[in-house]
Parts: sequence; structure tokens; C-alpha cells
Amino acid sequence: MAQYNLTINGKSLNVDVDPSTPMLWVLRDHLDLVGTKFGCGIAQCGACTIHLDGNAVRSCQLPVSAAENAEITTIEGISEKGDHPVQKAWLEHDVPQCGYCQAGQIMSATALLKSNPSPNDEDIDNAMNGNICRCGTYTRIKAAIKTAAKSA
Amino acid sequence: MTLLDKKLNRRSFLKVSTLAGGGMMLSFSWLAGCKPTPEQVLTMPKEWFEINSYIKIGDNGAVTLFNPNPEFGSNVKTSLPMLLAEELDVDWKNVFVEQADFYPKRFERQFTGGSQGIRSGWTPLRTAGATARQLIVNAAAQTWNVPAGEITTNAGMVEHTNSGKKAGYGELASLAGTLEAPDPETVKLKDISDFKIIGNSKKNVDGSKIVTGKPMFAMDHKVEGMKYAAIVHPPAFGMKIKSFDKNSVTSMPGIQDAFEVKIFKDDYGRNFFDTTTFPEIIAIVGNSTWEVLQAKKSIKAEWEKAPESNFKMAGWGGNISDVKVPSGLENSNTHKEKMAEYITKPGNVLRKDGDPEAAFKKAARVLERTYTAPFLAHNTMEPMNAFADVKGDKAVIYGPTQAPEQISQTLSSSLGIPKENIQINLARMGGGFGRRAYSHHLTEAALISQKIQAPVKMVYTREDDMSAGVYRPTYSATYRAALDENNNLLALHVKAGGIPESPIHANRFPAGAIDNYLAEGWQIESNITIGAFRAPRSNFIAGAEQSFLDELAEEMGKDPIEFRLELLKKAETNPVGKDNDYDPKRYAGVLELVRDKSNWSNVPNGISRGVSAYFCHNSYVAEVVDVSIKDNQPVVENVYAAVDCGIVVNPDAAANMGEGAIIDGIGNAFYGEMAFENGAPTKRNFDTYRMIRHSEAPKKIEVHFVDNKEEPTGLGEPLFPPVFAALGNSLYKATGKRLYEQPFQPQILEMKNLRM
Repeated sequence: MAQYNLTINGKSLNVDVDPSTPMLWVLRDHLDLVGTKFGCGIAQCGACTIHLDGNAVRSCQLPVSAAENAEITTIEGISEKGDHPVQKAWLEHDVPQCGYCQAGQIMSATALLKSNPSPNDEDIDNAMNGNICRCGTYTRIKAAIKTAAKSA
Repeated sequence: MTLLDKKLNRRSFLKVSTLAGGGMMLSFSWLAGCKPTPEQVLTMPKEWFEINSYIKIGDNGAVTLFNPNPEFGSNVKTSLPMLLAEELDVDWKNVFVEQADFYPKRFERQFTGGSQGIRSGWTPLRTAGATARQLIVNAAAQTWNVPAGEITTNAGMVEHTNSGKKAGYGELASLAGTLEAPDPETVKLKDISDFKIIGNSKKNVDGSKIVTGKPMFAMDHKVEGMKYAAIVHPPAFGMKIKSFDKNSVTSMPGIQDAFEVKIFKDDYGRNFFDTTTFPEIIAIVGNSTWEVLQAKKSIKAEWEKAPESNFKMAGWGGNISDVKVPSGLENSNTHKEKMAEYITKPGNVLRKDGDPEAAFKKAARVLERTYTAPFLAHNTMEPMNAFADVKGDKAVIYGPTQAPEQISQTLSSSLGIPKENIQINLARMGGGFGRRAYSHHLTEAALISQKIQAPVKMVYTREDDMSAGVYRPTYSATYRAALDENNNLLALHVKAGGIPESPIHANRFPAGAIDNYLAEGWQIESNITIGAFRAPRSNFIAGAEQSFLDELAEEMGKDPIEFRLELLKKAETNPVGKDNDYDPKRYAGVLELVRDKSNWSNVPNGISRGVSAYFCHNSYVAEVVDVSIKDNQPVVENVYAAVDCGIVVNPDAAANMGEGAIIDGIGNAFYGEMAFENGAPTKRNFDTYRMIRHSEAPKKIEVHFVDNKEEPTGLGEPLFPPVFAALGNSLYKATGKRLYEQPFQPQILEMKNLRM
């Protein structure tokens, strides 16, 4: 076990965990930030996507020891009131079905729009292909990203 | 899945609680309930009054509606309360929705599956809303001393025009909660033409919680002192635990205990959903998920071959049958060989019209094709998991289940606790697709909690989830058509089976449309567990049948839609046989609608087009798939769907689910496959089990609903089965090659220089 000081959603937080513990489980079990979801554990589904210094990363493959000295943002931290343009677009298009993958989808989409404010279909496919939606909301996600791009 | 026909107990949902005199206050702290945001608190009433099991009204006119059914993404949590709100006659913007717990004394049929949520809820929930409205009216009549018949309601307001009296529901709720509920027979439901909420799209009531990452799933649940558990199951079907070394893990950091869990008591009579992949597993309990997952990797366990087992199991209708789980380690290659033998072996005759044998004898030509599809894993995005807190003779379970009633029986037996002492709270599910009708993950968590006498959250890894599945069976279907020298269809023969069940619905189309018709089924026993998977059996046979009809139409020189319409005309005007399980006119209606919406005969340049239609879960769907070829790979450009599911309660959400079913079907048709080697699933995570991704989804999907006044029928499943053939038929147009074997992708990769 080791002490880590982490910066998550603008707050400084301390945890005492094994250095190999992935950020996914640090967030979920130790910090009660459960919006970040467990889907596959091998960075193949994107449900656990968070931002590390603004880039979308899979938190199931990010050991806590590698997350110190970085700014971490989770779904709980992308807006104060749930009114990020991507969140608003998601609601406008009524995207979710079961909803389980959507936090990860939104984290990938917000990172995409930060680096590319007006992505085309191919850009969206490339940025989002790591996020599986088993319910098949892909066409709505694409439409929502385009709406968010316009309103951002 | 067939539907349980359960007689509506008219009183049960009308039970008016008068326990607290002036209306019963219920706390807002239910596990899965809404936590109002600070803005909402301003509009929260000081007091809630329970009108009936489904409805509470606040003193300020706010309304809480309970969604009785488990939510797995089909959006019943929004659409079922819409039925209540419509007849209660309230403004949707004043409605809060809460997820009901499993509470059989208050709610009917708390089950999600078989696409029956809206269909089964249609009359009971509207009646519950209408009787609550009548109670408000009666309270006004009593307060104002006027006849109830002269009182009208509108959007949460009550009015007596003659006296000029007017009040909000909130002012009358306290009294209404004490009045005796009217006989539902005497309560009039709204005329369909008066609907204000039903038929008007409402956003997902949990939308803002989902996009902000609020805890909603069992996976997110946590209580003080909660332990974490992982499970280890045998590596292959046909194997069981021989022994394991507890000491191999208990000295690891954060690990409290490891022990064997036996799911069923020896004398337990299993019910329909008691399918359990491995009836004995190893549980590892510790202080955090990561720690138990590490221990899982290190545990030393030995496995041995499991002997044949036999038990009794109740069917969906309650009939008890003997189930045999054979011994042995099975292989997909052997499965394929065994299934191929049935192309020539006779099957069990399921339906016979006319004299098909004679027709085949005199045929000028016979077209024969065999279609196959592999096992499929459900792969819900949220792996199986459950929270349980079992202490003494009481249990609280919070878990993702489609079928709480069935698992409550299992829990009661396995825990040795009476059903009444087991509280099952219904978590939002991260997908279901049939998998969570089999809820032994709840039993496992409960038994772990009982053993450690502490609350626990048990989590499957993705590998556990995928390799201990309740899979969609593997199937094979052989179709034969007899044609005369003028290309007239003389007879049709289908022989289909699978491991371990036949996919045939013998009385569905094209039965009834063909004078000489023979349907045969067969099955091969197996120890691989199978179960309901979105549109069971239909999800295979639709693809086989509709691919064959496409090829047959081509052989006969007919347009594929025209050919189907001719058959349906025959079934309508001069049906063959008696028990035809479809309405040919509605069937034809969706084909005509999709022909119109896709502009069928004007195929755009560079596009290849295929069609398919199917009836299941009481609904009719026709689909057209357009593909193009880019970089030698097919690209699904457009999908047009025409759907007749009667009245559509929540149109945009219904379209969303239809889009999802189409994408699900395209994904499974191209890539879906589970295989076995020596009993072990060959794919255990998404690096090898290919799922459809963003770039592979259709560029555009249009879902069109037939506008009619029929009572609502199924929707979650019916758009799924037909897409396999619509895709296959369009790929034939694009590549010149018929695809008989799912998944399609490996065959496409073998094709060179796709024609376009």
C-alpha cells in the first residue's frame, strides 16, 4: 500500500492503495466516483474512459502510480450542473438506452471536441471506435456530437 | 420467449393505503429512487399522499409515478409511467418517476422480457391511472358537495363548471387517499383520440442522471462495511471443482476469505429461469474489487470432469420436465458435424399441410439451402454483479435482474429464508438482452453475504461474464422449395434444429401461404447453458427463412417484395391450415410501407439493396438495408424499417430502440460468434469477441411506424430478427455471393474484388 495525492475534478484527494491499482477502481471503490464504469478491464470497451491532462484514457489500464502529478477529469467533473454542450446534446438526442457505456462515450466525445471542434464523420468514428455501445446508440451519438460541435 | 398469461388481480394494484389516516407518507429514500436536485426541491411538496400502488400526489400537485418493471434500456421507466400519467390526466412536467422495488403485493408482472412491457401494462396501468383520477374526482365531489359525474379534469386540475369550483389535484390528494377505490369495471378509460401524453415523445426520465454519471446500477451500490467478492468458475462446460487451496489467496493483501458456493439446495425444484452455468463456484471475499481480482488470478484450484446430472425444472407454463445435463467436453467442430447430419436425417414433424412429399416428387426443380449460426454471448456492457446483505433470516438484494419474481423463489430456497423476508430492489441494468432473466448472480451474492454475515458486492469480470454465459444456441436450418417447369412454387420444406433446441415457429409465415408445407425440428443435447437472447429462435430462423425466400424469388424471376406480397395475399384470401400465427394484412402492410419509404425500385448509384420481413412478439417489421463497397469492404449506408406494433407510446424512444436492434443485428450478423474447445469458451473478452463499433454502424437509420389504433405490441425484439436477412440479401447484391453461414465477416474477407 502507498499514499497517493491525486488531482481529480479540480480537487486534491488522497488515497492509500496498492501501486498497481488501476484508477478505475481507485475512483469507484476508494473515492466513490462511480460514474466511470467497469466494462472489460483490458481497454477494449471504453466504459472506463476518463481524461488525463485533457486526453481520453482508459482508466482500467492506468495504475494509480502513473496518475500522480496529472489532472484527472471524470464524468462527474466535466461540468458543474450537467450542462456541458456534449451532455446537453446527449439529452437533446435522447441518446441513452441502458446508459451504462454513456459516461465513457461522453468522455471520449468531449476529448475529441477539445482537440477537434468540428469533426467530420471519419474523425468521429476514429475517436469513438474504442467505445462499445451494446444497445447500439451509435447513430444518435454521432448526431449528438455534431450538435455539440455546433453549440460549443 | 412466450409470455406468461397471468390473470390480472384487479384489487391488487388498486390497494389504497389508509394506514396513516390522511394519506400515507412514503420516504423518498428508496434505493433506486430519484434523488431530487436542489432546483427540484423547491418544487417538492411538504407531504405525499399515496393514491394507489403506482401513484403518489403531493400537496402542491407534484406527482410521483412508480415504474413497476425492471429497466434494462428499453425505456419502460419512461413509457410505463406515461400510461399512468395519461389516464391520471396530469401534466408530464409535474411528474417524478421512481423505480419500484420488487413488491408483488403491490405490483403485477414485474418482469422485463419478451417485449411485453407495454403490451402487458397497457390496460392495467391505464386502469390504475384512471381509478386514481376517479378518486381525485370523488374527493372533489365530496368536498364541493356536487355530483362526481359533473366534474371534469385537465392536466392535474379538477373543475366543476356549474358552480365555478376549481382545484388542483394536490389540494384533494389527502382526502382522495382515504376514499375507497372505485371498481375498475366502472372506470372509463380515455378514448384513444383524447390522448395527450401517449404518442408524444418524452425524454428518458433518467437522462440527466446518466449523462452526469450518477450511481444508478447495482455495480455502483455501496454501503458502510461492505465487502467485495469475485468468483472463480470451472474453465470449461462439463467440468466442476475438484479442490482448491484457500491458503493460496487468504494471505494476499485485503483478502478475507475464500470458499465454495453451491447455488441450489439438493431438493430444490428449479423454475424456468433457474438456468445456472456452473452450480458450484469459488468465491473470494476481500476489501476492494482490485484486491479480490488479484487473488482471483492467483488462486490454486483443481478441476475435474463433471458427471451427467439430472434434475426437474418447471417450464414457463409451470409444467415440470426432466432436464439432463450430459457429461463431456464439447467442441464447436463436432457441433457442426452433428448438426450437418440432420440435413438428411428425419426430424420431428411440427406441421404438415397438403402432400409435400408428392409435390417434391413431381417437382421439375428443387432449391435446397442450409443456413447456420453460432452460439452468441449476450455481452451486456455491465457484467453480472449483485449487492446482497443477508443477516439472520432477512435479506436485502440489489441487483440487475429482468425476473425478480422467479429469482425470489430460488433465493428463498438457497438461503433458507422465507420469500417475505427477502427484499429485492431493482437496479437499473446495464443491458439485459435476455441474459438477466437468469439471475443466479443474485443468488451467488446472497450466499456469499450469508456466509460472511456482512453486506457484499459481487462482481464478475468480463471474462467471467463471457465464459459463463447463458448463450444463444447454435442453429442450423435447411430449406427446400419444389418448383414446377413454369417456376411455380409447389411445396416448401423446412427442417431446422440446434444445440440444444429447434428454432422453428411452425405456424408462422410462410406456413399458411403454401399448399404443400412441411416443418420439421430436431435438437442435440449439450451441457452448454443456453437461454433467451433478444427474440429467441426468431433471431436465427428469420434470417434463414428470409434469405431463402430472397433466393427463391430470384429463382422464380420475381421481385422479392412482390413475391412475399403474393404469398401473403394467398394467406389472407385462401389460407392453408388453421393455426396460422400472423395477420397477413398487417404483414403485407409493413412490406408496402418499407417499399414506399425506401423508394424500393429506385436504387441509388453505388448501392446494393436487400429486404426482409418478419413477425414476432406480436409485431410486424420489414427492413431494407443498403450497402456500398468501399476499399473492398461492405459499408452499411442506410437502413429503412417499417414497423407495425400498434399504438406507439413514446415514438422517439421507440425509434431509438429500433435503431439499436438494427445495429445489434448488423453487428451479430457480421461478427457475433462464440465457439468452444474442449468445453471452454474460446473468447473471453472484447479483444477476441468482436462487437460492432461506431465506424461499422449504418450511416443512417429510418424507423417508420404504421399509424393505426391497434393496442400496442412488442418492440424491443421485433426489429432484430429481420435485419440478418436484409443485410445478407443486400450483401448478395453487392458481392454476387449468397451468405449461408453466420458470422458473415470471415467469408467477406475471403472475397476478392467485390463487384460494384
